[in-house]
Amino acid sequence: MKLFIASIIQNHAIAHGIYEMVIHAPEIALHAVPGQFVNLYPHLESTLLPRPISISDVDYSGGHVHLAYALVGTGTKLFATLRVADTVTVLGPLGNGYAIPDSIQNPLLVAGGVGTPPMIFLARSLRMPVMIYLGFRSSTPYFVERLAEFGVVRVATEDGSDGYKGNVVNLMDKHGAEGDIVYSCGPRPMLKAVQEWSKSKHIPTQLSLEERMGCGIGSCVGCIVKIKENNYQGWNYKKVCHDGPVFLGEKVIFS
Amino acid sequence: MKRTDLAINIAGHELANPVMTCSGTFGSGKEYCSFMDLNMLGAVVCKGISVLPWNGNPPPRIAEVYGGMLNSVGLQNSGVDSFIANDIPFLRKFNTKIVANLVGHSLSEYEAVAQRLNETDIDMMELNISCPNVREGGATFGTDTRKAAEITTVVRRVCTKPLIVKLSPNVTNISEIAIAVESSGADAVSLINTVLAMRIDIYRRRPVLAQKVGGMSGPAVKPIAIRMVYQVARAVKIPVIGMGGIRTPEDAIEFLLAGASAVGVGSSHFFNPQASVEVVNGIRSYMEGQGFASIREINEALIDE
Ligand SMILES: Cc1cc2nc3c(=O)[nH]c(=O)nc-3n(C[C@H](O)[C@H](O)[C@H](O)COP(=O)(O)OP(=O)(O)OC[C@H]3O[C@@H](n4cnc5c(N)ncnc54)[C@H](O)[C@@H]3O)c2cc1C
Ligand SMILES: Cc1cc2nc3c(=O)[nH]c(=O)nc-3n(C[C@H](O)[C@H](O)[C@H](O)COP(=O)(O)O)c2cc1C
Ligand code: FES
Repeated sequence: MKLFIASIIQNHAIAHGIYEMVIHAPEIALHAVPGQFVNLYPHLESTLLPRPISISDVDYSGGHVHLAYALVGTGTKLFATLRVADTVTVLGPLGNGYAIPDSIQNPLLVAGGVGTPPMIFLARSLRMPVMIYLGFRSSTPYFVERLAEFGVVRVATEDGSDGYKGNVVNLMDKHGAEGDIVYSCGPRPMLKAVQEWSKSKHIPTQLSLEERMGCGIGSCVGCIVKIKENNYQGWNYKKVCHDGPVFLGEKVIFS
Repeated sequence: MKRTDLAINIAGHELANPVMTCSGTFGSGKEYCSFMDLNMLGAVVCKGISVLPWNGNPPPRIAEVYGGMLNSVGLQNSGVDSFIANDIPFLRKFNTKIVANLVGHSLSEYEAVAQRLNETDIDMMELNISCPNVREGGATFGTDTRKAAEITTVVRRVCTKPLIVKLSPNVTNISEIAIAVESSGADAVSLINTVLAMRIDIYRRRPVLAQKVGGMSGPAVKPIAIRMVYQVARAVKIPVIGMGGIRTPEDAIEFLLAGASAVGVGSSHFFNPQASVEVVNGIRSYMEGQGFASIREINEALIDE
């Protein structure tokens, strides 16, 4: 992991309130694995903390790293104002990404909202047909076409504005989804539902978590999550940025 | 031209330069190796260490604020044994001083961790009596003059290494506490720890931190820290280590002019992982440019009549 001043190749809206940024960062592109993230630094006097953003795709030959982000607050709104050829300070790749066991044949990718972008990089790295279930609140689903390159994509929206009306786990049940591994990224309630779903089906699962971060590199111990462990209390606080963001589903304690 | 010497002295121990890291903001140093040469730092101050591992507080533990951040980590750490086994051998590979930051829930826990650390190869101890994020211990010692003196006395008895006492800004008269720990045997004081603060999410109508309140750090607290360092440096004879919001060499020099013999760079490592090394280099350039031969000369250069 290293700090880079990366130039911006592309930065534009891809859906309502969602931007995709492509940066030139060859070393990050070369070393990244799916599920990892980068820190983007807003460098504003008022807003100093880095913003963690997942790597949504890489292009090794061009040295490009793709990021997709929702406009949430000061930091992401600032990023949206950056133009082609501007630069951004970026640190990465950070964290532990998804593990891809040799034996898997039938991966099931389940994502919600801004958990969707990293699924592109994951699907590309899996090098086999995948089943993809996406959940969105109401905003127009995005990346559906790009993901369709890697397998069947099914979409649920909470308000039924696109695809199935309801949550993504209900949609999976409706289609009798199956797989020999589940990879998931998205809001916490969805991850919790996916955890229960795969537990009931005895499918090994990897969940990518979010937590408020200070440093992004394991030094501040700010970004913790309860992970099952064989100790006197049955758990330990682990760092999302350093021990995750991807954790084995059965180990995560959502409290 | 005069030779520029950045070295400083704390209780007879020479540091190559006055720049340290702040406890809890630099992990064990390992996390920052790929961004800087640790040999460049005067000292690495490690995260707070207790006798037994501590869980710390539930998340969220971090909130951003204008010009800084709040944290309510609550001193999560893997205990003194792990520190001795993993962190000391790692840091010993570098030519920098190792400062261990001590925490406890009670006098006897502080004493026990000091005893263990005194047998190790660390260079100095920093007694943390100012963490606002733990219910027992921490700031309950650092915000009461009598208790601050008492705990310093207890740890002093078992600590033969230089002893720094880290002070809380959440008090009415910080000089009074500094004087109390000085007369109880502290070799130096460091300040400030974080400022007790709070943020509320107006849409969720809840405190942002799970702990409700936390400690504020970063550039926004610097003027408070400068004022306190200025006051304390005039109240005690022992060295003062100034910290709170240092992000640039200029910030650090302000502390040196206020009377700090050394400075700590903390949360700025989150905003810029190379912050402390940039501060070292910038202090050197300032000294060369302004004709200062030593840190002491800067300490004596403030015109405040
Ligand atoms: C590992 C990881 C990967 C992520 N990947 C993506 C991604 O690919 N695309 C995307 O749109 N978002 C992603 N997020 C969420 C993203 O980090 C936040 O939306 C972003 O930091 C908001 O910043 P802001 O300044 O716009 O919002 P503000 O609300 O102004 O931010 C204030 C503070 O809260 C933090 N914060 C706010 N929301 C979140 C959140 N959901 N998670 C963590 N910290 C938050 C900010 O970093 C900042 O410190 C990811 C989060 C994590 C932890
Ligand atoms: C995440 C975090 C963890 C901290 N942990 C400790 C600690 O373990 N012991 C301690 O004495 N101070 C701790 N502090 C306080 C810092 O060492 C420092 O005194 C304070 O943050 C002010 O400096 P800054 O503004 O440069 O960060 C911590 C601060 C932060 C932000
Ligand atoms: S964000 Fe600092 S330890 Fe994870």
